[in-house]
Amino acid sequence: MFQTTIDHVGVEERAAKLGQRSIKAATKVQGIKLALSMIDLTTLEGKDSAGKVRAMCQKAKHPLPGNSEVPHVAAVCVYPNMITVAKQALAGTDINIAAVATGFPSGQYPLDIKLNDVRSAVNLGADEIDMVIDRGAFLSGHLSKVADEIALVKEACGAAHLKVILETAELETYDNIRKASWLSMEAGADFIKTSTGKLSQAATLPITLVMLEAIRDYWYETGKVIGMKPAGGIRTSKDAMKYLVLVKETLGDVWLTPHYFRFGASTLTNDLLMQLTKEMTGMYQSVDYFTVD
Amino acid sequence: MTERLAILKTYKLYIGGKFPRTESNRYYQVTSAKGKLLANASRGSRKDIRDAVVAARKAFSDWSGRSAFNRGQILYRAAEMLESHAQTFIDEIMAITGKTKKQAGDEVTASIDRLVWYAGWADKYMQLFSTVNPVATKYWNFTYPEPTGVVGIICPDEMPLLGMVSKVAPAVVSGNTCVVIASETNPLTPITFSEVIATSDFPGGVINIITGFKSELCGPLATHMDVNAIDYSGQDEKTISSLQEAAATNVKRVVIRRTPHGNDWLGDTSQSPYWIEPLVEMKTAWHPVGS
Repeated sequence: MFQTTIDHVGVEERAAKLGQRSIKAATKVQGIKLALSMIDLTTLEGKDSAGKVRAMCQKAKHPLPGNSEVPHVAAVCVYPNMITVAKQALAGTDINIAAVATGFPSGQYPLDIKLNDVRSAVNLGADEIDMVIDRGAFLSGHLSKVADEIALVKEACGAAHLKVILETAELETYDNIRKASWLSMEAGADFIKTSTGKLSQAATLPITLVMLEAIRDYWYETGKVIGMKPAGGIRTSKDAMKYLVLVKETLGDVWLTPHYFRFGASTLTNDLLMQLTKEMTGMYQSVDYFTVD
Repeated sequence: MTERLAILKTYKLYIGGKFPRTESNRYYQVTSAKGKLLANASRGSRKDIRDAVVAARKAFSDWSGRSAFNRGQILYRAAEMLESHAQTFIDEIMAITGKTKKQAGDEVTASIDRLVWYAGWADKYMQLFSTVNPVATKYWNFTYPEPTGVVGIICPDEMPLLGMVSKVAPAVVSGNTCVVIASETNPLTPITFSEVIATSDFPGGVINIITGFKSELCGPLATHMDVNAIDYSGQDEKTISSLQEAAATNVKRVVIRRTPHGNDWLGDTSQSPYWIEPLVEMKTAWHPVGS
């Protein structure tokens, strides 16, 4: 299974086909709420400040103030420096704190620094760790180095969940993405994630499909349920619905919860809220009336 | 030689500088004054309105950031393009409305002149509406107009070309972008006019034209939260009150013009810098001066 080659044309056609489903009003509202509850609300910028993170946490708790039917998001995703701020802001909620670690976004740091990065993030209170793999090592064929690193990071995580970022845009081929997905799952990933969001090419439907199929095959083989997180480039409700269809058709309802599927996104939240408000009021919405991300 | 096949034009919509078919795939028939079928026009839907507003919003920062001189040039360019296609418009207006050649010619000429007239206003309306205000402290206090944003324009059914030009030119000259619901009874000429817009350096999205039934299109446009003003010409009181109500949701500017009507559109009374003024926002700045 590890070495299955991907039918390039087939996977793109299937992803495109599944993206064409027409989703009507009531289902759409349900889908939007589900997508909201699956969001890892993210800010990963050099200019992040405590104030920005607090504002984001407020939005994570109450995405649409005044409407209690709108679920809170699954987690906030921040740099390790911001964990303490986020923890304070989210006290008393069941919103998780995800921190990027292991020398995000490049992963080009010595192993002990990566592990310390992880341990310190967990100590600060991160519930989930988003690690990056060493793409250079992977592409040079040092697969065991990559796998060993993931295993060690998993160990350093302790009780925290581990999401492994493949940075698919740098992996060049679908075959590599499949291989990296499999390797990550075997090495102990709880989630596999497409991208750091730092490259212009991020999550796409075909890439997500390849990874979802890897998760499915891994589940067939081992019975272990691994989560999936597409990140970066998902900006509209329409896109989000396509991803949900893809999950439903490839893996089924078990994965359609925040426990096993997440969206790594920031701007997507506002579009979901705008579409939800549109469905409730019948009026097309404007970003002017939603909080600035 | 065999006889040539007639080339019949497909009248589509004009959104974001492109000519898409309506999202709804619907059409309605447009007949001549004598009842002969002339063409099928796109029967636009609320989703076309939505797409057009997105395009208009996207075009706003570029268009409003252009220099007044440049906007004037582009309006003048549209006049040039219309001039060189005048005969097409005359023929089309005659076929649809049953007007005489003279009447159709007058409408087209007046439309060209109106574009030139507003082109001239591009770098002048600001001087007219700006003020320096006396204040009792050491500030230089001044007020000047800025574009409102995305303007929803509902054209009169009469004078399909001139009615539209007279509404659109004063809206875009100040840097607004617009979504236009064209004449319902004659949607063909407005779409032909979009070919003029497309070839006159207007960036895509500045002017978007939707054809179809006003009863379906006005509501979604007037309630759209990303539309900043509604500009209506016509005499239908039911539509007027529903527009006013719908526009209240986000306190849009509402401009209702029951006149001009009929041949008044041709005259000087239907062009004025005071058609530019309701579609700008006045901004006041306090600038500290001296000691």
